[in-house]
Amino acid sequence: MSKRLVSKRPVPPPTAATERPVTRLCLTAVALAFLALFLVLPVIVVFSEALAKGVTVYLETFDDPDARAAIELTLLVVAIAVPLNLVFGVAASWAIAKFEFRGKSLLITLIDLPFSVSPVVSGLIYVLLFGSQGLFGPWLEAHDIKILFALPGIVLATMFVTFPFVARELIPLMQEQGSLDEEAALTLGARGFRIFFTITLPNVAWGLLYGVLLCTARAMGEFGAVSVVSGHIRGVTDTMPLHVEILYNEYNFVAAFAMASLLTLMAVVTLAAKTVLEMHYGDALARTTRI
Amino acid sequence: MLKEPSAIPGFGLAFGYTLFYLGLIVLLPLSALVLEAAGLGLDGILRIASEPRVYAALRISFGLAFAAAIIDSVFGLLIAWVLVRYSFPGRKVIDAAVDLPFALPTAVAGIALATLYAPTGWLGGLFAAYGIKIAFTPLGILIALIFVGLPFTVRTVQPLVAEVDREVEEASATLGASRRQTLLRVILPIFAPAILTGFALAFARAVSEYGSVIFIAGNLPFVSEIAPQLIVIKLEEFDYRGATGIALIMLTLSFAILLAINLIQAWSRRRLGGV
Amino acid sequence: MMSRMALFLTLAAFCIAVCAGRVEAQTQLLNVSYDPTRELYRDINSLFAADWKKSSGETVTIRMSHGGSGAQARAVIAGIDASVVTLALAADIDAIAERTSKIPADWQKRLPDNSSPYTSTIVFVVRKGNPRGIKDWDDLVKPGIQVVTPNPKTSGGARWNYLAAWAYASEKNGGDDAKIRAFMSALFKNVSVLDTGARGATNTFAQRSIGDVLIAWENEAHLALQEMGADKFEIVTPSLSILAQPTVSLVDGNVDKTGNRKVAQAYLEFLYTAPAQAAIARHFYRPVKPEFADKKDLDRLPALKLVTIDGFFGGWAKVQKAHFAEGGVFDRIMADAHR
Repeated sequence: MSKRLVSKRPVPPPTAATERPVTRLCLTAVALAFLALFLVLPVIVVFSEALAKGVTVYLETFDDPDARAAIELTLLVVAIAVPLNLVFGVAASWAIAKFEFRGKSLLITLIDLPFSVSPVVSGLIYVLLFGSQGLFGPWLEAHDIKILFALPGIVLATMFVTFPFVARELIPLMQEQGSLDEEAALTLGARGFRIFFTITLPNVAWGLLYGVLLCTARAMGEFGAVSVVSGHIRGVTDTMPLHVEILYNEYNFVAAFAMASLLTLMAVVTLAAKTVLEMHYGDALARTTRI
Repeated sequence: MLKEPSAIPGFGLAFGYTLFYLGLIVLLPLSALVLEAAGLGLDGILRIASEPRVYAALRISFGLAFAAAIIDSVFGLLIAWVLVRYSFPGRKVIDAAVDLPFALPTAVAGIALATLYAPTGWLGGLFAAYGIKIAFTPLGILIALIFVGLPFTVRTVQPLVAEVDREVEEASATLGASRRQTLLRVILPIFAPAILTGFALAFARAVSEYGSVIFIAGNLPFVSEIAPQLIVIKLEEFDYRGATGIALIMLTLSFAILLAINLIQAWSRRRLGGV
Repeated sequence: MMSRMALFLTLAAFCIAVCAGRVEAQTQLLNVSYDPTRELYRDINSLFAADWKKSSGETVTIRMSHGGSGAQARAVIAGIDASVVTLALAADIDAIAERTSKIPADWQKRLPDNSSPYTSTIVFVVRKGNPRGIKDWDDLVKPGIQVVTPNPKTSGGARWNYLAAWAYASEKNGGDDAKIRAFMSALFKNVSVLDTGARGATNTFAQRSIGDVLIAWENEAHLALQEMGADKFEIVTPSLSILAQPTVSLVDGNVDKTGNRKVAQAYLEFLYTAPAQAAIARHFYRPVKPEFADKKDLDRLPALKLVTIDGFFGGWAKVQKAHFAEGGVFDRIMADAHR
């Protein structure tokens, strides 16, 4: 879920309407200590454990073919799941932001639904659907199509979990933009696709980019849902987060944290990109402060 | 379908595709769950919920998620306030770091927190000296849940802190209210809907959390076993019905929470004329 | 036009995904195994691959999947493409045979020694110097002792742990059911962490320093000592334990579909050959053909009084139903211990 910052105004000079300096200092200290304890330390732990035996050992852990396979699989899953959710996000936000129709709020709630479904349940539903004992299981087996414990299952579970990300970024942004530009373009004779690419897309490009970033970060890192549908076959259906767990369970802590450090790096890059986007396009993004 | 005709093209296409994809990816799989649960009937689901171990897991999940969401709400408000109102070096970086639990894969958070709070870890060692165990106890679960829920409470309150009219505070001060009175009687009520929304989001996220918790929880039935973990255990015990029952209970509650959030937002929009 | 493109994109992605799922090289084996066999099969797989290359000229890739034994059986039932299963106990393979048609009911008779190419037993791991003075099962039920064992519902090893404790209590109390249950309740009252798999439990005890004693597979105990340092832990052998018999089977339904029955069968038979049996002893398992193993390896595993699942408990089918089914004895013991 995206929560953006409002563009920050300069902090006004102290007036009667603020706290005493001592209080401010205390509050800041408490807030920072809390953040340090809960957010910063875990990240430091990841890197310190990963590098516990030196950089050489750290780098060697990526030579393992299973580690390579996990990274490749994760990238492949992202490459399939994210574009599909992107197309959906654009279509959904177009329909929701530019038109008034019955059942709109129901539609928005349904789009949000995967957010509040436990990742484990997200995996479970695909087992119920495609497992041998599931609804489509026997048919799939008869036709020799593998979904569960294979790439399609992992992709589907990932798509489910990251389903709302792009749509949620775009809907408020497009709503904010209104339809005036598009209507103007229409009177000038532009047609559907052209309007979208020349008018709408540039207006929402940064929101779109951020949505894709978030979607990618979550798709790479999904654990619960993928864990239920993966089957944990080393080098075949093991994604990066699952491989972290396997290595962790094999006493191979350096390798586990090394793989974890890649994922952490990805998270940090996502946050940095978000900050940069906000700094440059803060005004456009900030107007859509939706939770 | 459309309430009013629109000159803008592409409704049928965009709307149709949205429904198609939504149906394929979200509704069809979820209906499999409902279908499986229908075989249980209301009786069956209630029977599953009242099994001592299931009941205990649900209580632990919801109880700890509730506690974590409260702690997140308090610190979320504080952090939002500090980030918006005060200036200090590195504010921008810290502001960005608040979203970390959101972007960090849960498994990574899980092994990092478990390592940190285990008796052999940096923080766990400190507490262990006083006989307090964190990792592999309910306290460990609480820590993980606080971690995953934090961004929600900060980010829902933050825009409000930035937007609230300072003149209101000044007026309150001019009228003789102490700073504390101003904060409690004037500011807090304005923030209330946002705090509630943040609380609900953090709660919803915490209840359903799995990845970061399993590494740090003791997984001990009746003590430190959470509901999502019990779903996995039921699955692994071939008890698909039991798993489905718990899943449906959790899903219903999640949906209720989502609905509550939407209601809170509608209510606050009415009250404050759109935030 | 856009709709067609979007639809096309969706379908194309699904096709890629489905095709990727279908493409499987011919000589691939998937061994779905339980938790503590990771190191063992890494060794055996490379031995077998070399052997197979020599005898047939084919290159075979063996894939592994590890987890709690019950969880792994669930995955096979749900359709994971296992060529062979090498699980912690016969009951989990029975479950597959019962719920799918992929394994015949008489699977256990198809290979020597009840399809159990290696055995093990259950021992204790304590911290160096044995600070709590743990010698036998009785010491585990003393108030204040923290025990780590995995969850019998998901872990095969944990079921052996549970049954070993039960056998001890039964011997001690002359089979008095009430007294045995009181002993088991006291034991599980002392359990502080219940991981889903044996490996998770070892990690909790060894790496995270939780608990005074870990009830573990003998092989897992030795491995933990080897990996985490013999200066930190000790192994305590109880006066009585159980003969744990992990079992292996071909998953006929899957190998017939993939067409790799021959190599899968050879793989299982290979487990009984000299090089594999030696590897088994190297990894702290008890080989069924000790004559092939290095004497040094065998000497690490002491002789002790072992009861068997068939002799003492009347077989897995009975035990599984009475103890580990929903609402069975284990559930009642857990409810007793924690309320």
